[in-house]
Amino acid sequence: MAGAFCRIGPGRAVLVDLLQLLVAGVSLGCVYALVALGFVLIYKATETVNFAQGDLMMLGAFFALTSSVMLGWPYWATILFAAAVMAAVGMLTERLVLRPVLGHPAFTVVMITIGVGYVVRGIVTMVPGWGTETYQIPTPFVEDVWRLGGVVLPVQQLTVIGMTAMLCAGLYLFFRFSTLGVAMQATSQNQLAAYYMGIPVRRVNMMIWGLSAAVAAFAGILLAPVTFIHSNMGFIGLKAFPAAVVGGFGSVPGAILGGLIIGVVEALAGYYLPEGFKDVAAYVVVLVVLLAWPSGIFGETGRKKV
Amino acid sequence: MRFIFKTDYEQDLRLFRHGGQKFWYGVLGALLLAAPWWAGDYVMTQLHFVLIYSIVGFGLMLLTGFTGQISLGHAAFLAVGAYTEALLQAQGMPFVVSITSAALLSAAVGIIVGLPALRLKGIYLAIATLAFNVIVEEITARWHSLTGGNEGMLVKAVRVMGYALETDAQFYYLCLALTVICALACINLLRSPTGRAFIAIRDSEISASCMGVNLAKYKTMAFAISAALTGVGGALYAHKVGFISPEQFGLFQSIELITIVILGGVGFLHGAVLGAAFIIVLPQLISIAKGWLPEGTAPSGLQAVVFGLVLILFIIFEPLGLYGRWLKIRAWFELFPFYRKGMFRRQKSYMKSERLR
Repeated sequence: MAGAFCRIGPGRAVLVDLLQLLVAGVSLGCVYALVALGFVLIYKATETVNFAQGDLMMLGAFFALTSSVMLGWPYWATILFAAAVMAAVGMLTERLVLRPVLGHPAFTVVMITIGVGYVVRGIVTMVPGWGTETYQIPTPFVEDVWRLGGVVLPVQQLTVIGMTAMLCAGLYLFFRFSTLGVAMQATSQNQLAAYYMGIPVRRVNMMIWGLSAAVAAFAGILLAPVTFIHSNMGFIGLKAFPAAVVGGFGSVPGAILGGLIIGVVEALAGYYLPEGFKDVAAYVVVLVVLLAWPSGIFGETGRKKV
Repeated sequence: MRFIFKTDYEQDLRLFRHGGQKFWYGVLGALLLAAPWWAGDYVMTQLHFVLIYSIVGFGLMLLTGFTGQISLGHAAFLAVGAYTEALLQAQGMPFVVSITSAALLSAAVGIIVGLPALRLKGIYLAIATLAFNVIVEEITARWHSLTGGNEGMLVKAVRVMGYALETDAQFYYLCLALTVICALACINLLRSPTGRAFIAIRDSEISASCMGVNLAKYKTMAFAISAALTGVGGALYAHKVGFISPEQFGLFQSIELITIVILGGVGFLHGAVLGAAFIIVLPQLISIAKGWLPEGTAPSGLQAVVFGLVLILFIIFEPLGLYGRWLKIRAWFELFPFYRKGMFRRQKSYMKSERLR
């Protein structure tokens, strides 16, 4: 890499560095965005903030590990399997844990999802074959890189970006054209009105939890080559919070944008600022954004009625 | 069944409502005062932690239980208190000065955190305090010259008036005295106009501001007082543990602190003490239960599972917490045989949207 910089001169080297960091940042930001998307889907529909989203992602990655390494399934089957199992887990969580506290203060519900996170993390370390070790799943896109005029682009990062884009497009089409998607939108806009229109609001809420958990599983699989699979990988969910908040908690495009912002800022901070700033960059950004826009950049503002 | 017949306005202001309360609090006080004689070393250590966490619980209860502001960053105030105490003691400051500074500095930090709270609501406030906690943890880890970084720092025993409190019993009386002082301060605060303003803000911000409660002033004050109490708890914690390092004051500590409030019962000062006792006893129960696990499973996960399950089950089945359970038991005995199942059921709650419709 050093040789390439010498040939193209210092001015361009800075630019090349920057581009490279941007791609790395966007790629990591995509994973944040996917986890944040899970938060936002649930929040929009049920006004519940799911602190267990990161742990659901971790659980999804472990299911992927099971099907990929232990059962030897191909990559695409692994993705489908993990997403399907996690959808079931998500629906079950909603039915068993969240529905009894429907309508309680937001804080109560937050605490209950924190409890769910603890349980998931604990169970994963106790399951035989999963435990506390670190694992890796084989991916079809290995260590190849593309060179584009001095910029070295790892194929893996590009795949993450591409797959996120595809998932977002798929979700867009789902929400725009399918009956269930439209029902979910209606539920998230006004539960009572949706109920009057004949939408089974509770069942739709359950499905939204399933969808959100499936998206989390997808994020976990994409993240697996970067951080590997271990029982604490769910803490990345804590980074996805700032992402969701920066975008405004109720906005799907906001979540994607927020994730990208946090990813890029983190990549840049890790390179240009002294050590230590990388880990807090996301939180500094979220504090600054909250001071300027108290409910996120794309958040809905308005007065609460008494 | 006891009827309290009030004949005097002074009766509303009394610390104890009736003779029974006087008797039972007297028994409790005597038991606690005599603890060094009846409790072994192990129980004494647990009692220290219960008292320290109770002080922190009071602080968090004022903020979350009475003012209705969520904080997922109280471990940061604990850290500020602990490090202030440790550093000032190393400088040779007397204990009274160092613990007061710990409280005041924590309160100052609390005001800084409280400022965004004026604009943020609900979940956004929770995230802001969470972000603040992560930042403080990182600062304590990186400010090597002051805090010793990740290697942590050692804290010596407390010295009051040039006299070192080295035995467990001496330190226990210090904790006990401070806990009682904090409890009385909280009780008094809550029956003052300030306390009533806090409760009004919790119940409805809009109504409170219509009734002339200055939201900015009282919210900031709630953060400052809560942080000060947590700072005192942090100072005692530093002395008790004897070694402080940044990872003791991470997000998990914050969640544990908020769990004290939830398990004890949101909105009851008694709940803070009960919750603290529960949180201290829980790991001991879990370590006993570890023996029953089948071979080959990692026991480390059990603690997380039990902790999470306790949290979930409490919120679903006992939303008023341990103190709420006690109130129910007491009502059952007082009203026997007329206790009905639904007496403590909250009124039917509908989905309250925080969004604009």
